[in-house]
Amino acid sequence: MSQENHPAQEEGAGEVHTGHPTPLTYFKVAITLSILTAAEFGVFYVEWIGHGIIPILTLMSAAKFILVAMFYMHLRYDKLGLNIGGKEIPVFSVMFVAGLVVAAGIVFALMGLFNFFTG
Amino acid sequence: MAQHAIAHGEHEPTTTGLNHRKMLMWAFLGSDCMFFGTLIATYLVYKNRSMAGPLPEDVFSIPVTTVSTFVLLMSSMSMVLAYAALTRNNMTTFRIWLASTAIMGMTFIAFQVYEFRTFANYEIVVKCSDVGVVELTPVKQQLAEKCGTPDEHDGKVEEVVGLTPRTNLFGTTFFTLTGFHGAHVTLGIVWLLSLLFLSFKKGQVTPERNLDVDLAALYWHFVDVVWIVIFTVVYLFGVFPGF
Repeated sequence: MSQENHPAQEEGAGEVHTGHPTPLTYFKVAITLSILTAAEFGVFYVEWIGHGIIPILTLMSAAKFILVAMFYMHLRYDKLGLNIGGKEIPVFSVMFVAGLVVAAGIVFALMGLFNFFTG
Repeated sequence: MAQHAIAHGEHEPTTTGLNHRKMLMWAFLGSDCMFFGTLIATYLVYKNRSMAGPLPEDVFSIPVTTVSTFVLLMSSMSMVLAYAALTRNNMTTFRIWLASTAIMGMTFIAFQVYEFRTFANYEIVVKCSDVGVVELTPVKQQLAEKCGTPDEHDGKVEEVVGLTPRTNLFGTTFFTLTGFHGAHVTLGIVWLLSLLFLSFKKGQVTPERNLDVDLAALYWHFVDVVWIVIFTVVYLFGVFPGF
């Protein structure tokens, strides 16, 4: 049914126990995510911020996204890649980010086409 | 590194030296980003174009959605702890965290079902004493016109204006987006429960063969990051006036 998977080797030889974060790191990330979510909730009810709420919430959301992708999806430790021109390209990170870039392009293109920015 | 992986023989030799299944999962996640990007874009471009209510500011309950968001975020933590326990050959801890993840996923879906039911049966109530005093949404303003007519009872007017995918553009795009996300979460729960079941069968889920759990974890974290975007863009920005 399954194949063997050796994350330690994917992260580099000799990094069997140092490549992956420890459970303590996962807890710290979870606490940060909780604080950010609570902050989003709190900021939402601060009326005097006005339109400034949009960049603030965008930044907090991006921070949460990056934390999950980097630590929980292990992209921070993605060093397994193809050797192209003497450089190691982290293939999994590239594939995911490429999808994100195209997705962002789709969002902004559609919003532009439908005059979202100009009303 | 690629040649190094082949030398260790951790999976069948491939032209890239990378595991095909893991490569396929990342390709799928990349394509799913585009899928959700399209749905989010559709929601945004139609956001202020509904001809009739209810609208986001009428139906959304930010406190409730914040709690469900928190539950999903914590499920990601338990998923990654399950994977860590498996790689350390601690099967009991692995099963506990995996079951916790599935339960939190089910809790998230329960929140979504509750939300959908609430929206479908949404009832607007306007206190006639609030008219001209409190800022009312367009839908409530329309209903407030019935104040002073026989429709007014006990100083307020009420009307059931449920939100369904057929009600307006907001309903269509909102239910499509969150419905597809909910379907992803549901599929993830089935996947996790299958792994939990298989872990009781000898040799099916082991530290050496942890790729199945790794792939399920990647999928689970992906639905989490998608929800992080949906929570901000759809819910928080949705209620914010002028966005």
